Amino acid sequence: MTPTMKMYGKHRFPGKLFIVEGIDGSGKSTQIALLQKWLESEGYVTFFSEWNSSPLVREVTRRGKKKQMLTPMTFSLIHATDFADRTERHIIPPLKSGALVLADRYIYTAFARDVARGVDRNWVRGMYQFAVKPTLGFYFRISLDEAMKRILGGRDAIKFYEAGMDLKLSDDLEESFRIFQSRIIEEYEKMVNEYGLVVIDASLSIEEQQAQMRQIVLGALAGTKKTRIRKWVDLSTMVKKGSQA
Amino acid sequence: MGRFEYYGEKGFPGVDLSELKGKLIVIEGTDGVGRSTHTGLLKQWLENNGHAVLDTGMTRSALAGEGLKAAKTGHTLGGVTMTLFYATDFADRLENEMIPALRAGFIVLTDRYIYSLMARALVRGADPEWVRQVHDFALKPDIIVYLRVHIDELITRVVQGDGFNYWESGMDLHLGEDLYDSFVEYQKRLLREFENMAAQYNFQVIETSPNIEEVFEQIKDRLTPLLRTPR
Repeated sequence: MTPTMKMYGKHRFPGKLFIVEGIDGSGKSTQIALLQKWLESEGYVTFFSEWNSSPLVREVTRRGKKKQMLTPMTFSLIHATDFADRTERHIIPPLKSGALVLADRYIYTAFARDVARGVDRNWVRGMYQFAVKPTLGFYFRISLDEAMKRILGGRDAIKFYEAGMDLKLSDDLEESFRIFQSRIIEEYEKMVNEYGLVVIDASLSIEEQQAQMRQIVLGALAGTKKTRIRKWVDLSTMVKKGSQA
Repeated sequence: MGRFEYYGEKGFPGVDLSELKGKLIVIEGTDGVGRSTHTGLLKQWLENNGHAVLDTGMTRSALAGEGLKAAKTGHTLGGVTMTLFYATDFADRLENEMIPALRAGFIVLTDRYIYSLMARALVRGADPEWVRQVHDFALKPDIIVYLRVHIDELITRVVQGDGFNYWESGMDLHLGEDLYDSFVEYQKRLLREFENMAAQYNFQVIETSPNIEEVFEQIKDRLTPLLRTPR
């Protein structure tokens, strides 16, 4: 028989789920990468999951974005589909095995973006009821000005949907981005209490933020097994043993 | 008849429901019950009577249609993912095909609607409240014609038609030893879900029979009052 669907907050797994949220330029990806390095060096098994990573749905999403076919509703639904595939394939199995799952962006990204696009707040929350509730959710708080400085300073140009250009807020990409992202910040701020997100001041130095994160994560690790196989050590031992025999 | 409504509180941002002038007719029923035959006949009949008709069906959206086909070939979708993928496809067709046609005053004739999607999700163990809520952005149709069939009759039709296929047999659910056993069990469960929905969503139930003309006459009878009433 098909197992009945488990809803948010009702999953029970031996593993732990840590997620980071925040607008582009908040530095959350850097922080979760550093957290993973540390956890692995401590001997934990970690598994990293990114937003928009399901191979199955990626092609549809990519095409929809490229051809600008997505409306607020289909944008919302296709991302939920992607997230469902990620959950069923990449989040639940490692959690069942007792691993630490790290996610760069989670359902709160969808709640912020979709509501900023005018999709009904309760409807989006209802749709994501299948999601596993994170052990800890970090929100990297940063001012829009600071985030814009970081983004415009480097890497790729602002993308169409990231700037909310589909909403026709402004013909100017940068201006549209500013309006749209400030709506997203507003939504994130509301979620801090709603979902008990841990706020990290993203204007602090990278080292200070990471130290705070590690301390908080450490408190949530009680009872987690350290079962990581140190491959290079094992292999070298095997080679030595082999040559002696 | 008044203006269109959504099942839920809110639906598509930016769509003004008071602008929708056409009518929305849904033909529902399980696989192999003759939905596409009757949809085709209805289209001709409606056009002969001077109505502009848009006919549409499942998994054909510009956005997700191809992706769904690919996903089904690989049989790799999980239950929740599959439900949401179909919902995405449906939303794309509703917003980008059906709603514009309704705005232009067309009769939109759709072969399947959210009820098939919900039935499929429910037999795969999805939470009923979640399933209802995910699909509540759908417009309430003007009429839902449900073609009811008994499982024995359905088996006869399928054997004489295209035979049993993987998805129509719910093979992903591992309900039986082979396609036949699985088909029977899967379709029984789907039929049960449709029956549960019939009262709640006010289905116009029509008993199907091998006599296509007779069934078609009944469908026309149910539609006639609707066609006379202005929106």
